[in-house]
Amino acid sequence: MSETGFKNSIIPVTTVLLAILLIWSIASVLLNTPWQKDIYKRAGAQNVGTIEFVKATMEQERPVLPSPQQVATEVYNTTVKKKVTSKRSLIYHSKITLSSAMLGFAMGTLLGIVLSVAIVYNRALRKSLMPWIITSQTIPILAIAPMIIVVLNSMGVQGLVPKAFISMYLSFFPIVVGMVKGLNSPDIGHMDLMRTYSASNWQSFWKLRLPSSLPYLFTSMKIAVAISIVGAVVAELPTGAVAGLGARLLAGSYYGQTIQIWSALVMASILAGSLVWIVDMIGRLVTKRMGLNHA
Amino acid sequence: MSETVIRVNELSLTFQTNDGPVHALSNIDLDIQHGDFVSLIGPSGCGKTTLLRVIADLEKATGGDIKVNGVSPEAARQARGYGYVFQAAGLYPWRTIAKNVSLPLEIMGLDRTTRKERIARNLELVNLQGFEKKYPWQLSGGMQQRASIARALAVEPDLLLMDEPFGALDEIVRDHLNEQLLALWGKTNKTVVFVTHSIPEAVYLSTHIVVMSPRPGRIQDIVVSDLPPERTLDIRESPEFLRLANRVREGLRAGHAYDDVES
Repeated sequence: MSETGFKNSIIPVTTVLLAILLIWSIASVLLNTPWQKDIYKRAGAQNVGTIEFVKATMEQERPVLPSPQQVATEVYNTTVKKKVTSKRSLIYHSKITLSSAMLGFAMGTLLGIVLSVAIVYNRALRKSLMPWIITSQTIPILAIAPMIIVVLNSMGVQGLVPKAFISMYLSFFPIVVGMVKGLNSPDIGHMDLMRTYSASNWQSFWKLRLPSSLPYLFTSMKIAVAISIVGAVVAELPTGAVAGLGARLLAGSYYGQTIQIWSALVMASILAGSLVWIVDMIGRLVTKRMGLNHA
Repeated sequence: MSETVIRVNELSLTFQTNDGPVHALSNIDLDIQHGDFVSLIGPSGCGKTTLLRVIADLEKATGGDIKVNGVSPEAARQARGYGYVFQAAGLYPWRTIAKNVSLPLEIMGLDRTTRKERIARNLELVNLQGFEKKYPWQLSGGMQQRASIARALAVEPDLLLMDEPFGALDEIVRDHLNEQLLALWGKTNKTVVFVTHSIPEAVYLSTHIVVMSPRPGRIQDIVVSDLPPERTLDIRESPEFLRLANRVREGLRAGHAYDDVES
């Protein structure tokens, strides 16, 4: 988008960010207060100044809710200051989560497109497949993830692929829904035109339905790429995985390392956010090349 | 010399709806000869577009008989025996003007050289040379409609079916395009079936004006024009023109086209 768009958005974006940081800080002070009072009571400290007290609540070692700067420091220490190969580097763990998420996203997108084409071109499949596709998404992923991994494990599939399956399981759904709508989006006039040319199904798919569906595809892919990160993280939880952002979350919760949990969460959301941004940019580029977004 | 391009015999089409059957077309008899310019005129709901769509095999008749180029509409469509121009230009927004004209040619499986040659020739025919690389949204409504006519002509059909192609355009552009269409028809010796709402447009363009009326959709009158083939817009002031227009208007009135004009 244009420079003015960027300039216009910088103030509201900063305002919201500051508001979130403020609420977060206040919440962390309030939530950490009981424990801090306990500490002072046990130490017999009296007449602690308000400012000193507030500072202390934001610097606990295992706070109920870590303060923003604690998380920021932890993220900085575990990314910039650690070697990427280190088991304590968030970059190292992100890469592991990212690779299974990307594999799952790719498989999910492919599966979603194939299913949507089948649904659009076959009435029987539309009636029979769609309820199952919707049902698949009503099952809590936390319940089904361990089973998928155990089943695949017993079949000798290990490592990246089982995790990617969970990402695929989540990400194919928005693709199917979006693409079914997209492939059906050409208006009747455009379809009639193909009929007057007596175009084959394949020709009207290739020259009309597919190009019409691309804007829908990119919208769906933005949702799909974000939830494939969620899928990969969730997939790392039940397996007792030793690496990945999910493993960091799990380890953090075992040892009450709330700061570690929160920095893994922040890292996951940065990852997902960047991916959504990348997909959005590719989408804009493609539709622009197609002469579509001229508004 | 004159051969029948379209022969319609006691054709009827009834749509089954929740409110009972709708008789869109009833007992239509119509012969169209090669080189005719035939306008179908009538109020909304008289079945003029439906008749055109039956000719194009976009709708199926429920009774009677119709032959297009001597065969069934379906066979004529499969042989790409006609070009169809829709009310909306219906250009594909992700294709440039040249690519839009190229679309039917790609579907027909023509090679690149032939496609290029036909695109250039037909865009020139509608005065759109120089706009090959533009996208549809960069063109005015009139230019878009001209591009869609070029697209229909590129198939090189002997028969051109046009469904209110200028209906959405303002009168100045419409006059201009009418002149161009008439010149085009004179040059190419095509048969044209043209659906319109406008009496002046129908009389100005046509050799035959088919006046239709609704409920059930039927032919009220067929007016044969005695205007010379070479016509300028001025002809619309002439007594012959006004007489023809009057007869069309009377036909419409006889078909109750002016009764309780709703919507």
